[in-house]
Amino acid sequence: MRYINEFRDPATARALVERIRRDAGDAPVRLMEVCGTHTVAIARGGIRPLLSGAVTMLSGPGCPVCVTPDGYIDAAIALGMERGVLLASFGDMLRVPGKSSSLEKEKGNGLEVRVVYSPLDAVALADAVPDREVVFLGVGFETTAPAIGGAIRTAARRGVRNFSVLSSVRTIPEAMGILAADPEVRIEGFLCPAHVSVVIGTDAYRAVAERRRIPCVVAGFEPLDILLGISMLLRQRKAGVALVENEYSRVATSTGNRKAQELIREIFVPCDTGWRGIGVIPGSGLRIADAYAAFDAERKFGVPVVFAAEGTACRCGDVLKGKITPPGCPLFGKACVPEEPYGPCMVSSEGSCAAYYKYGAL
Amino acid sequence: MHEKILLSHGEGGKRTRDLIAKVIARYFDNPVLSSFLDSGLLGRIDGEIAFTTDGYVVTPPFFPGGDIGRLAVCGTVNDLAVCGAKATAISCGLILEEGLPISTLERALAGMRDAAAEAGVSIACGDTKVVERGKGDGIFITTAGVGVAVDGWRPAPSGIRPGDRIVLTGTMGDHQVAVLIARRHLAIEAPVLSDVAPLAGLLLPLLSRYAGKVRFMRDPTRGGAGVTLNEIATSANARFVLDEARLPVRESVRGVCEILGFDPLYLANEGKAVLVVAGDVAEAIVAALREHPYGREAAIIGEVTEGAAGVRMRTLSGGVRAVDYPVGDQLPRIC
Repeated sequence: MRYINEFRDPATARALVERIRRDAGDAPVRLMEVCGTHTVAIARGGIRPLLSGAVTMLSGPGCPVCVTPDGYIDAAIALGMERGVLLASFGDMLRVPGKSSSLEKEKGNGLEVRVVYSPLDAVALADAVPDREVVFLGVGFETTAPAIGGAIRTAARRGVRNFSVLSSVRTIPEAMGILAADPEVRIEGFLCPAHVSVVIGTDAYRAVAERRRIPCVVAGFEPLDILLGISMLLRQRKAGVALVENEYSRVATSTGNRKAQELIREIFVPCDTGWRGIGVIPGSGLRIADAYAAFDAERKFGVPVVFAAEGTACRCGDVLKGKITPPGCPLFGKACVPEEPYGPCMVSSEGSCAAYYKYGAL
Repeated sequence: MHEKILLSHGEGGKRTRDLIAKVIARYFDNPVLSSFLDSGLLGRIDGEIAFTTDGYVVTPPFFPGGDIGRLAVCGTVNDLAVCGAKATAISCGLILEEGLPISTLERALAGMRDAAAEAGVSIACGDTKVVERGKGDGIFITTAGVGVAVDGWRPAPSGIRPGDRIVLTGTMGDHQVAVLIARRHLAIEAPVLSDVAPLAGLLLPLLSRYAGKVRFMRDPTRGGAGVTLNEIATSANARFVLDEARLPVRESVRGVCEILGFDPLYLANEGKAVLVVAGDVAEAIVAALREHPYGREAAIIGEVTEGAAGVRMRTLSGGVRAVDYPVGDQLPRIC
């Protein structure tokens, strides 16, 4: 399979691991993979133990389900139970805990949730049940934003008035800026997301690299992409530079996908938004623009998403910020397991706790 | 004959008799069933008797490579085969939804008939119920099966020891991907056929030919090889180490998995078996499996080693990771 087999070649992987070990110093270098897909690929590839002692990979906030605050789940449940809307959601959201319940638990109490694979499926669902209000739970980053925006535009053009979106769309570079400025996190290099970068372009990380003096490398999701990306970060560090480099050059460009960017600009406007475990990050959210307010479930039904800091023993916040790795949380693997998750990092298939739990035992 | 199933087809009166005599009996014609007694009389059975049951609710009922009828026969034949037993007779319980086209029922019956003929098993008893429209999903089938075990062989996870090899009889995930594509919710087209097949002819000859060398067998259906291997490792208190490079996956299935983010290890199969065998005969067993049409892509996928119980995998990148049970997948009914 082209573009896959070449990026999983065992001999090249061995050579890259050796190079990484040679370039690393005495103390392990602290790098962060920002994106949840990288977290899973690293765990599935068994890469963390390969690099132990040379590189510490911190898992960042790039799992959309994990950073969605519990107030969002509460608003979704209220929409379904109090306003009687039909919810459409990606499957990952179902087990995410809100303040006191989850979509999955409320389903047993009569909440109607349909799992969809694409936002357009939710528009089709609304089309099929014209006497019901359908609300799509629009959670994601710049990768999903164009698809959610496209669904809203499609609904507007086709006049599907019973469709709306509860938006929880976020942007990655702003979150990286906050982490880069946090002295407790001490990141020495960012492995930047592959698909987000395809949309926004690799130039989006220049602020972090130039102002914060932290090397950035955009890398693909295959094992060799990741190992080469890590190696490039170590080479920058060795040379004493902080640049944005692009390992994923077969897909990502410096300026990104202009069409997708225009679509995002048409449907959304930037806003401040709360990230679970991190807090409110200025300008890191995308709310639905006034021109499309009729498709904004928060405004349509008057059910706002309220952000409040959590008060539990769960340390997802510190995991998302890279301050601890999942086993550093007292609940990990004990009170918090994938079947009974406490925090969102254990729920999502892209969550760092779930990845550690699922693939980590040796 | 009405072209659709009506509630009266399940009420025990004339319509029920007509359905059995004019439709079902046309497909299942054998001396045991044809006497229409309240039980099938199987005669004397010599040897250890194995007995199993399963329900089939797959949607859609017809998919590339198979159908609910073939699945209902093969599933039960295979549950017997992995316990070392050759199926002798199976039952056929039909739960039909009011309004089901009778032609649909006939297609499923033809699937059962053909699979039963291939497996050399007779359908010896049956039952038909009809539920109101909206209370079922077209057609559900339950089968129970009786089989006779190969003399002297018993599945024994406790016999699994370091140095044994883990063999998979072919590619992973074909059935689940074929069904998922047939559901048409994914907007993906790929030429993938379900692997649904009866495995007694593939597996049972090995048990006498390699007496004492085959420790355990199981068919990796729901949950795939990943779950089956965890179950075996747990009950044997053994450590299995798989080799990612040796896992057989069809190119088209791999493509679908890459796009959708599925792991073939956790996808269901309906015509595959996992075997734990002694290291000294593993190559010979794979060669023997490959002689059979249902074992062409058989491979040694890993080994039993010393160490903490569980399943681990040597990855292509040279690392090692855990292979655990999956939690709460969102995938639809596939068997």
